[in-house]
Amino acid sequence: MSETMTALPGIETATAGVHQLSMQQALNRALDEILAGNPKTVIFGEDCGRLGGVFRITDGLQAKHGEERVFDTPLAESGILGMSVGLAMAGFHPIPEVQFDGFAYPAINQIVCQIARMNYRSRGTLPMPITLRVPSFGGIRAPEHHGESLESLFAHVPGLKVVSPSTPHDAYHLLKYAATRPDPVIFMEPKSRYWQKGPVDLANALPGKSPHDGDPSSGGSLTGARVAREGRHLTLVAWGAMVARCLQVAELAAEDGIDVEVLDLRWLKPIDAEALATSVGKTRRAVVVHEAPLTSGLGAEVAQLITQSCFATLKAPVERVTGFDVPYPSGDLEDEYIPNIDRILFGIQRVLEYRRG
Amino acid sequence: MTTKSVLAAVDDDAAPLTHHQLRELYTLMAAVRHLDTSAVAWQRQGIIPGYAPELGQEAAQVGSGYAVDRTRDFVFPTYREMGVARAMGLDMVGYMSTHKATWHGGMYNPLESRFAPIQAVVAGSVLHAVGWAHGQTLAGHAAGEIGVAMTYFGDGASSQGDVHEAMNFAAVMKAPVVFFIQNNGWAISVPTERQVAGGSVAARAAGYGIPSLQVDGNDVVAVFEATRSAFAHCRAGNGPVVIEAMTYRRGPHSTADDPGRYRTLDEERLDAGDDPLERFKQRLLTEGVADEAFFAEAQRLAEAEEEAVRAGIADLGPRPGAEMFSLVFQEPTPALQSQATAWRKESEHV
Ligand SMILES: Cc1ncc(C[n+]2csc(CCOP(=O)(O)OP(=O)(O)O)c2C)c(N)n1
Repeated sequence: MSETMTALPGIETATAGVHQLSMQQALNRALDEILAGNPKTVIFGEDCGRLGGVFRITDGLQAKHGEERVFDTPLAESGILGMSVGLAMAGFHPIPEVQFDGFAYPAINQIVCQIARMNYRSRGTLPMPITLRVPSFGGIRAPEHHGESLESLFAHVPGLKVVSPSTPHDAYHLLKYAATRPDPVIFMEPKSRYWQKGPVDLANALPGKSPHDGDPSSGGSLTGARVAREGRHLTLVAWGAMVARCLQVAELAAEDGIDVEVLDLRWLKPIDAEALATSVGKTRRAVVVHEAPLTSGLGAEVAQLITQSCFATLKAPVERVTGFDVPYPSGDLEDEYIPNIDRILFGIQRVLEYRRG
Repeated sequence: MTTKSVLAAVDDDAAPLTHHQLRELYTLMAAVRHLDTSAVAWQRQGIIPGYAPELGQEAAQVGSGYAVDRTRDFVFPTYREMGVARAMGLDMVGYMSTHKATWHGGMYNPLESRFAPIQAVVAGSVLHAVGWAHGQTLAGHAAGEIGVAMTYFGDGASSQGDVHEAMNFAAVMKAPVVFFIQNNGWAISVPTERQVAGGSVAARAAGYGIPSLQVDGNDVVAVFEATRSAFAHCRAGNGPVVIEAMTYRRGPHSTADDPGRYRTLDEERLDAGDDPLERFKQRLLTEGVADEAFFAEAQRLAEAEEEAVRAGIADLGPRPGAEMFSLVFQEPTPALQSQATAWRKESEHV
């Protein structure tokens, strides 16, 4: 992803060192530093002030930074997102929250028709540096509308960027990065991963590996995909909550001598097409895994990008292992809906056993 | 009709308008009337593809727009606020470029003009005004210095959920925002009585604890004074105000509309009330503020202005196609850049 503009007012450098943090703690810490580093940032939404959010992502921020910087709004998603537009026009950097993915729908008009278009409509004079935090995806046995996979919907909208971290480390750095961008970013937090701990290197954003980086050990770039596991036989492409599951699958496949590479896409718009080309160019087989329904899902976009760059060398058509074209089911059926280990293994098998003609 | 306050009227001890200001208001209304009727003619002549006329709403638009302080306030219009734009001194070629289909939102600079991009989604920008206004509070301007947001919308738009969210937000946050409703009697074909429950839009403000005024929207001075006191109320840190200007949209909703399908010309004549321009002219004559020579001069200026705007519009070529790609993001995506490259190659080829 090219950066033609300089970053917005910077966020302070974190204390060095690797910490074991949950994604909730990593996000909370990132927001704290964003607020400290840029006086124009404001955080608001339902219950994110005194309560610290239903997932506690904004815990303690109001007490520390004041009620003007972190505040509760009335319970109205269109209001929250519409207000973000005006605040951005007034020079602020809003970091609004919708409490759960399913409640982004009441705000779709403001997100799609207003936030996404204002830079264009105003010929670049009214940028929308808005980071919309959306607790996303299923896996927590929540009631209806508390677990949805909206990435294709957002990624399809011109003027929006979409990112989803899969680890505490990426959650911390990607949020800090997103909050300095001059364009609207939908930040999809995998809520089933909020309480999982992992190493967070606070000072070094890029300890991961990028397939298109000259020196893989030097780390990739926060603007693209990340190789979560290197492998030779096949690439699993995933993002958000599905990355951890794909890593599990890779371990199981390794027992059968199948060496799986896991590519964590991270950015769902723009998609790191180069990383896809490099990884699948090497493994020559790919399976895309996502929770969202199959039809018109992001898996189709990924498959097309791979086909375009790797058609000549692909050993099998790109496979998809996804949710189904049904409303996100309730808790008891969730395990049937979200791609599980077996379904992903079947997907791998289909690709490995594919024979031409 | 007379100005009626639904809740306690807000007030300040502002001076009455000077003769100079009264004449200025008339000059503006004459310019707006002429540009507006001309724009309809331009559409018939094929100079522009479409336009949303405001015939009969000149007093509501000029009176309110005249109260805006461009050094600190910000206006959030719909698609029908040409008169507000003109009263605020916008570049009218830039404004009309939207109707020429040159660019969504207009070619003027919203930051300099303090006039947000033209908005086609009804009530789309009402919440933006609240956000901008809350930004003034957060920025910590001293009471009395603070910028005020004014958002325009119609009686039809008042049915949108966003208006209710906006009024509630503004009241809870005490945001310095003026909700300026032009109740022109119609939302395309639907009359206000089939649109607005609760008696009036102004009456709803009571539910949010927002002071509101219903004002005679055909009386430019009454509109100006109501807007001026609403601004004073907001600037003093008292939170939002709702103004409902009662007016009438004569003629079609847009150049694509046929009002004959929902009302007769006789009904229109009966319901429309006084022509705001003619009424103001009689007042200025009666009070000796202006004479016939002044009105003739105002008309001459309006015609010269219209000619200049028409020429400016005619000169506006299409925008270079590359802008379609380059203005989506501040930081373009690689996919968008490669689409732009492909477009350039393929369109240059043809
Ligand atoms: C959200 C939305 N729905 C429908 C329309 C189509 N539409 C355009 S103008 C209009 C009527 C608006 O009436 P009102 O708000 O009273 O304003 P007026 O045009 O009378 O000034 C409608 C239905 C629209 N632009 N936006």
